[in-house]
This record gives sequence, structure tokens and C-alpha cells, in this order.
Amino acid sequence: MTPKRRSAADAVATIRPGATLMVGGFGLVGAPLTLIEAVRTHSDAHNLTIISNNLGEPGRGLGRLLLDGLVRKAVGSYFTSNPDVVRAHQEGSLAVELVPQGTLAESIRAGGAGIGGFYTRTGLGTPLTAGCEERVIRGTRYVLQESRRADVALIRAKTADELGNLTYAKTARNFNPDMATAADLVIAEVDEIVPVGTLDPEAIVTPHLFVDVLVLSERVSA
Amino acid sequence: MSIQEKIAARAVAHIPAGAVVNLGIGIPTYVADHLPLDSVALHTENGLLGVGPTPGPGEADPDLVHAGKQPVTARPGASYFASSASFAMIRGGHVDVAVLGALQVDATGRIANWAVPGKPVLGVGGAMDLLVGARTVIVTTTHTAKDGSPKIVDKATYPLTAQRPVDVVVTEAATFRARDGGLVLTELADGIDIDWVRAHTDAPFAVELDTSRAAARA
Repeated sequence: MTPKRRSAADAVATIRPGATLMVGGFGLVGAPLTLIEAVRTHSDAHNLTIISNNLGEPGRGLGRLLLDGLVRKAVGSYFTSNPDVVRAHQEGSLAVELVPQGTLAESIRAGGAGIGGFYTRTGLGTPLTAGCEERVIRGTRYVLQESRRADVALIRAKTADELGNLTYAKTARNFNPDMATAADLVIAEVDEIVPVGTLDPEAIVTPHLFVDVLVLSERVSA
Repeated sequence: MSIQEKIAARAVAHIPAGAVVNLGIGIPTYVADHLPLDSVALHTENGLLGVGPTPGPGEADPDLVHAGKQPVTARPGASYFASSASFAMIRGGHVDVAVLGALQVDATGRIANWAVPGKPVLGVGGAMDLLVGARTVIVTTTHTAKDGSPKIVDKATYPLTAQRPVDVVVTEAATFRARDGGLVLTELADGIDIDWVRAHTDAPFAVELDTSRAAARA
């Protein structure tokens, strides 16, 4: 046993009502499905704000949390493919903050890097940046976008060592390494935990100082 | 060949060899079928440079998809990266060509492709980032909407995706270039004449037909 390793239920037990969670994944690819299942059974996990590119798929992944009525607000770039999100939004039970995907990723990266905000051209002149401060830099117009942080990040990696160093699998990487830097508590779901010294230092994408808790994946089928 | 495939095949002619190319969802996904994958590098915003062909039956890897969430393969020389790095590539001008779909194109070549008035706006994805960041943007669209109304309009009634005009507009019937704040008709598809294009295009446009391409085909 290692100090960082916990059961999924123990790992999510500190999530409070109204918490803001970052959840990795692009749809279900690279989503921490074991941790999401554990959140469903944690009684304090409700009125959640979820920062994730999508809200899972209908009835799958984060889509289940939505159907359970646990999500108050979703922050992400693309929800159109989940009719449950569209319905919940129209019924008024779900607030949605739509963010261009690159701005979402950069706001998380910045949040993890101690940066308050950044200027981007993305979304300039569209309703998605209405009211945002504009500035001309080297002759180009930019809009200010604030960084984002969360109380808890639930991420999915492939292999951890006992210190919490992480490697990822192909396009299951997506938002996970960024989110691993930007929350007060970072919980990583992994396929295996190997002894320290086993991972090639050149292959480690997320160094262990970002990771608080490791949970072995039950490889919940999507 | 479907109308979408026909548009995709016409768009490929505007992608130079050696380019780093990002393909949007919809008609642009058909472009991959017509691209020589050994002479371009496909970038997908969910974190892969070097997208290969669709895997064979039973060979799909659940951890390996493109931005449309469909299974793909990775070519030799491919690399994986996080979302923030992927969009640094896009916004930072490191992607040569983006091929996007559109709901409307306006008379200056700006496009609307993320929201429909009166419907809930719940998806934008990477479209706004690609439009501001890709060096060249090619938009692929049917020339008219399902009800027959022009999609290339004088003023967009849908919200624009960005202030930046695209570079090339490719439909099944014609190709336009956006230049100096206006549209220029540069190509006609086989069997299409200028009168057809005028009748089915709401935006004004100049005409400078590129005869070299037609001559090369003949």
C-alpha cells in the first residue's frame, strides 16, 4: 500500500455539496468512470458545478450524474450531442456556461500555473466574450479570459508509480494533464500502480507533485 | 458520390502538400478520405498530430479517437499531447489549414457555424479557436440549405463564429476566395454555369475564373 492510494469511495468522500469539480475526458474517452460512479454514491455530492469538455454521453459517464440530478451547472465547450443536457437546460434545472474549447483548456492550464487570466483572440466579437475587457497588443485585438480552478479534479491516466507520477494513453490524455494542475484536491484513476523507478522519467507527463490520491480503475464499462 | 463527398473532393485541391491540416466535424471529415495521408499531417484538437486511416473491423482502440469521437489510427511519426498544447498549436498559428463546415457565409467571407437563432446554444467546440488561429481556413458547405435558400448571404442572420473571414469557400457547385472584404468566384464545378451560381447565391461576388485548374483537368 502507498500513502496516496485509496478506494474510489474514500477518495471522493471529501467532496462537499456545491463543490466545483474538474473532470477529464473528451466525451467518454479519458473520462474517470470509476470515480464518477463513486461520486454518484457519495451523499454529499450534489448541487455540483462540473467543468468538463462535455457532460459525458446520454446516461453514460458524467451523463449519469446529470440524470441523477446532482449537477447544478456545467462548464464546457460542447453539449449538443447529449439530448439530456439540452432538455435539463431548457427545463431550467441545469445552468450551462459555454466556453470555446481552446479557451477552456487554456483557462485550466492558467489556473494551475498561478495565472489570473489571459488575452486571446478566440471568441472576440461573439456573445461568448460579451462584456469581457479588450486590449490591443502589437496591433491585434484580444479579449481577457479569466483562469479557472476547482475544488477537486477527477482525472484518468494510464499508469502511476507509487509517488503519483502519471503517464497517459493516446488521446485519452486530452484535458487530464491540465486539470491535474488546477484543483485543490487531485484524484487520479489509473489502470495500474507500479513501483517508483519503473516509469521512464522522459515518459512521465504529470509529475507527482500535482497528484494527491490514486485510485485503481475498475474499468467501468462505458 | 454523395454531395458531401463531392464537396470534400473539391476542397482537397486547395490543401498543399506538406501541410498540417485540422478537419472539423461534418463535411470536412470526408476530406480525410481524399487526402494523401503520406503528404500531409492531420491534427485533431483532442490531442493527436498524425491521424491515420480508420481502423479495420475489430481493430478500434477506445483510447484513440478524433475530434468527432470516431476511432482512428496513428501514423508513424504521430504524437499525443494535452488539450492546452493542442490549442496552443491552433491559436499560435502552427496549423496550416483548417477545413470547417458552415451554416452561413457572409459577403465578406465570415462564417456562422456554431449557433442557430431561437435554438439553445450548447455547443461551440474548437471552431472559434480554429478560425482565429489556422493560417488558412477553407470552409466546406452545401451551396444552399435544405429548403433551397442560399447559404452564402449578404448579411449573416446567424451569429458569426469569428470576425476573421475564411480564405476559401467550397461548395458542390463553386469555389470562392475571400479577398479585400468581398467574395471572388474562382471555380465552377462541371455542369454549373455562372447563372446558376448567381441564382443560388445571395451575396454579391466578383468573377475571376481560374482557367488553369480547369485546363489541367481537361
